[in-house]
Amino acid sequence: MIAQNIGFLIIAIVMIVAALRVVTTNNVVHAALWLVVVLAGAAAQYILLAAEFVAVTQVLVYIGAVMVLFLFGTMLTRARIGAESDLNNSYKKLGIPVGLVMLVAMGLALTDSFGDEKLPESAKVVSTQEVSDQIFGPYLLPFWALSFVLLAAVVGAIVLARKD
Amino acid sequence: MFVNQFLFLGAILFCIGVYGVVARKNAVLMLMSIEIILNSVNINLLTFALRNGSTDGHVFALYIIAVAAAEVGVGLGLVLLVYRNKKTISIDDLSEMRG
Repeated sequence: MIAQNIGFLIIAIVMIVAALRVVTTNNVVHAALWLVVVLAGAAAQYILLAAEFVAVTQVLVYIGAVMVLFLFGTMLTRARIGAESDLNNSYKKLGIPVGLVMLVAMGLALTDSFGDEKLPESAKVVSTQEVSDQIFGPYLLPFWALSFVLLAAVVGAIVLARKD
Repeated sequence: MFVNQFLFLGAILFCIGVYGVVARKNAVLMLMSIEIILNSVNINLLTFALRNGSTDGHVFALYIIAVAAAEVGVGLGLVLLVYRNKKTISIDDLSEMRG
């Protein structure tokens, strides 16, 4: 338990710092690379939460595919790679109170609801078989819908991005 | 491990993502902030899946990952289209739909 808590703390701090860098850095490529740190940290937290299949999917889909898309998008939409000054809104200071108010509201609600409730000590890792039994059993219809969403997204992205 | 330590991590990441969406003008950076928000939601779902001993949260997390991949694909396609037509991806310069 102690080791898990130390691991959680280190990964959480790294994730928060990296997320802050994503939203504050002046370099789009740096933001993408800091986002890799956040996503990898999230995958590590999923493993701490006994969700190995979701963690593997996170690495494959997010760090593998989505980051490549982001870097290609960065490459195709700007000529220069480097620090820029016009990435933020003129009213970006408005975002700080918005975020803080939301954080305080959520923090109060969470402390009120869960207090010092603990996660079950002897949780066993959820196997891929259990997850697939859920997906192809009770959640089959959303799975089909999701397949069509992905198909429509792929076709739509090609239609949008191709040159006529 | 407390339930709240994971939920607070999710809340902090969510607020950072919201700040990013509000503060950023560059469309690609806004999409990155949205990814942070979606990941914080996934952490919450998996926390509750562990707390309640069910696998439903895992299924929802996987569906969110799939939808996020579709969203990034279409979003970056849109960004490319906008860049090709306007030579900029600054959200502030896209005001055609203003009444």
